Amino acid sequence: MISKLRLGAIGALALMLAGSPARAGTIRVTIEKLVFSPAEISAAVGDVIEWQNKDVMAHTATAKGDFDIVIPPGKTAALTVTKAGTFAYFCRFHPNMKARLQVR
Amino acid sequence: MYARLTSALALACLISGASLAAGSKITDPQIAHIAYTAGVIDIEAAKQALKISKDKEVLAFANDMLRDHEVVNKQALDLVKKLKVKPEDNDTSRSLTKAATQEREKLAKLSGADFDKAYVANEVAYHKQVNGALETLLIPSAKNADLKDLLETGLKLFQGHQQHAEHVAAMMK
Repeated sequence: MISKLRLGAIGALALMLAGSPARAGTIRVTIEKLVFSPAEISAAVGDVIEWQNKDVMAHTATAKGDFDIVIPPGKTAALTVTKAGTFAYFCRFHPNMKARLQVR
Repeated sequence: MYARLTSALALACLISGASLAAGSKITDPQIAHIAYTAGVIDIEAAKQALKISKDKEVLAFANDMLRDHEVVNKQALDLVKKLKVKPEDNDTSRSLTKAATQEREKLAKLSGADFDKAYVANEVAYHKQVNGALETLLIPSAKNADLKDLLETGLKLFQGHQQHAEHVAAMMK
């Protein structure tokens, strides 16, 4: 019984690994003093983009028609990338804050 | 519109005039006072807009201004406390406050789309003017590194607000 379970677990693990040849990753972007850093990131579909806002004011990561993530001061907010393309995004509150996300 | 432009110009002259009068001797306590006053003025303008406007975009913009300037002014107060600097009232602060009071009185007579347009146009002009003062006078004159740093972040914030205001103005046309 125990060995069967273990085998099953190993089998499941093998399936998981086989099913995701490129494991989804997390790409972190820091916001500090009204600057996205790094300003250019590239990701694969399925990856998670995480914005960490170190400022005292709220910011957004907004690409019109694609995503609009609000990142409260001192907090982190995330987006799971669902489609390929190049997304120029900005902060709705401070449109001089600009960055780019490249999804392959 | 002409009147508004003229008052913005007059104000810009007042700021640079004050800088000329003081030479390069504008002090950190004065700079801190001017920066704080500039924030207070925009908070007052936002509060007026929240009372008068019915436009969703204008209200959202005013709320953004209120939130950002309150939090930045709190940061400024924390900094002057840490640096043991006592903000010092001065001619530039006084002329800024005077001009802002006059602008608010003018806006108070308006309502609806007239108010919205005038408020947003003034926000564009006001932020532009403060950005100019930050770039040419306040940041170069600041001695303390922490104060300079706060002003530089403040400049980026005000530039962001200016673009945001320009965007709202463009949508109202």
